[in-house]
Amino acid sequence: MSKYVFLIPLLPLVGFLINGLGRNFLSRMLVNIVGCGVLIASFVVSLLVFREVAAPGATPMVIRYFDFIKAGGLDIQASFLVDQLSGLFLLVITGIGSLIHIYSTAYMHEETTPHYARYFAYLNLFVFSMLLLVLGSNFVVMFIGWEGVGLCSYLLIGYWFENKAYNNAAKKAFVMNRIGDLGFLLAIFWMLSQFGSIAYADVFSKASTAPVAVLTGITILLFVGAMGKSAQIPLYTWLPDAMAGPTPVSALIHAATMVTAGIYMIARSNVLFTLAPISQNLVAIIGISTALLAATIALKQNDIKKVLAYSTVSQLGLMFLALGVGAYTAGVFHVMTHAFFKALLFLGAGSVIHAMHHEQDIMKMGGLRKKLPITHITFLIGCLAIAGIPPFAGFFSKDEILTAALEKNPVYYVLALATSLMTAFYMFRLYFLTFSGKFRGSHEQEHHLHESPAPMTLPLIVLAILSVVGGWIGIPAVFAENAHLLSNFLSPVVASVKPAHPAIHLSHTSELALMGGVLVLILVMIVLASKKFAKENIDTAEPTGFSAVLSNKWYVDEIYEAIVVKPINWISSFLSRVVDNKLIDGLVNGVGKGVQFSARQLRLLQSGQVGSYILIMMIAIILFFIFQLFWKL
Amino acid sequence: MPVIPVNYYIFLSLALFTIGIVGVLTRRNAIIIFMCVELMLNAVNVLLVAFSKMHHVAAFATDRATTVGTEAQLFVFFIMVVAAAEVTVGLAIIVMLYRNIHSVDINFLNRLKH
Repeated sequence: MSKYVFLIPLLPLVGFLINGLGRNFLSRMLVNIVGCGVLIASFVVSLLVFREVAAPGATPMVIRYFDFIKAGGLDIQASFLVDQLSGLFLLVITGIGSLIHIYSTAYMHEETTPHYARYFAYLNLFVFSMLLLVLGSNFVVMFIGWEGVGLCSYLLIGYWFENKAYNNAAKKAFVMNRIGDLGFLLAIFWMLSQFGSIAYADVFSKASTAPVAVLTGITILLFVGAMGKSAQIPLYTWLPDAMAGPTPVSALIHAATMVTAGIYMIARSNVLFTLAPISQNLVAIIGISTALLAATIALKQNDIKKVLAYSTVSQLGLMFLALGVGAYTAGVFHVMTHAFFKALLFLGAGSVIHAMHHEQDIMKMGGLRKKLPITHITFLIGCLAIAGIPPFAGFFSKDEILTAALEKNPVYYVLALATSLMTAFYMFRLYFLTFSGKFRGSHEQEHHLHESPAPMTLPLIVLAILSVVGGWIGIPAVFAENAHLLSNFLSPVVASVKPAHPAIHLSHTSELALMGGVLVLILVMIVLASKKFAKENIDTAEPTGFSAVLSNKWYVDEIYEAIVVKPINWISSFLSRVVDNKLIDGLVNGVGKGVQFSARQLRLLQSGQVGSYILIMMIAIILFFIFQLFWKL
Repeated sequence: MPVIPVNYYIFLSLALFTIGIVGVLTRRNAIIIFMCVELMLNAVNVLLVAFSKMHHVAAFATDRATTVGTEAQLFVFFIMVVAAAEVTVGLAIIVMLYRNIHSVDINFLNRLKH
């Protein structure tokens, strides 16, 4: 099957080319067939590849295609690595990607055909980049995909490019990603100089020979890259702004691609991180801080997509916590389950927005339960999954992260628990405000409320089923010994490291008790949310005091504006006003003016009087003789 | 027969050349300018012959068959030929000029540039 691996990324690329080049003359039907078809085909190939990888005793396959860069000792291959980890990501990316493509055919139907084709072209390119990122067998191929994903996010966030605010959001995403990319790039250079190669196999096998300080440096730089791509403090603010793109794009960015790239990268280089405890702690601390911060912000957002965006940032923070405490499997597990329910929630939100005619303010929704029955049920499943109610997917992965955090450090556990409780609260706040109570929008909107067409509800149903059963591949040992299929599956690639001296060792009974306690707390949160938001009259007053701080996102954007954007703008304008306009322009214009001036003066010599020429000639000759005689030139 | 020292020739040549230069620079009559140019050419000729003789006499004292120094006299003939040709063309131009504008003032010649 390894023969056909190249098809997985190639198909979306072909789709991109067809739709991108033919956007002006392809019919809508053809765009649909190409756009979705290539991805579904890619998914099928991924499934076949995955089956091979999942077979017992399967070894990682490195498939070499050609020399990418070969100069002296430097040898960078364009080659793919198919192992358990990339196999899993392939399935998630192409599977959820396909569903999002199908969903998009209905969601984007208002667009004119050329723009519609452009949208699908970008979407295909996005998936292509992500697949390249996941499949690469060295850091350079990963970096190419990494950059491609950044580019596509820019294109898709700024898809409605007539709107200036959307363009700004796209630029913000791009710039923030660039900051992270620089860290990644430096890490690649460092690895190259340290290990002489950037192929995973070489780097990881030589990792233990490198000094810890070097490994710490490399891993911190890698993590800076991950911060940018996976929206962690301090580079997270682009992700909520990325809501400017069409909703399926948000689903794609938040669930299947892009933001999981950072997790993938760290999980892939887990060997390096395990050897650098300082970096690991940094990852965990940044992760948990991001999780908490984003969760508090999400409590007070009124835009349906913003809530989901901050919840993504928060969940990503939890994943980084898992990676930071060495529970790589838990991190990857949560990526997978999160992909299911976050895609579901975003597509559900898209369905709501579609029904509400592009209204995104949850204060203007309410009572949509009867009008959008399928969306309602699937959205509820998504909320239950993300809140961590068994047996939904989120429960298992979140529980695994919590357990891992507790074993490492109880402080992490408490903070992660707080994050989970807040998650449950704001997700159900969102749910109740949207689906229960009575409708608060305009009369016209109420009149037009309708359930979305089948291409939109079908992906919702599929994702809802996945959100229910998706967690069952990682059943903890508490319930059944050796039932954690994912852990066994990933063990060849990702060796989860248990702390040598766990802060707290959990017996099965105490683990069960903790689980039960957490569950009760989460249920309390849900009840609280329903008490507060499931009633008829919602308090829509402007937030004051602390909640105003939360609803203004801790003023982080304003702070960045003040300490980063303003000074840079000031410096730029200084450079432009003084250095460029005065210095550089002065220099250039001065040369021109000088030449003109001297030319004007010299022209006077050319009088046209032959006599004067001869006179000058004579004087020059005489002077020449005098010099010759007295100075002995 | 006492030999005239070469300095005399140099000063004569210098005087002729200076007269030529001053004439070219100050006069406006084309014919006079023309004559001054001839004067300068001949100043050079005098110098060439003088030096030629000087070198030849010095070489002749040791070797009776020498031709050293005689090359300069060849140049004198070349210059005379060129000057003759120049006079022919130049005078023809001046004659044509006079026929056309009834003047030989070189300051009127600048109209060629317009």
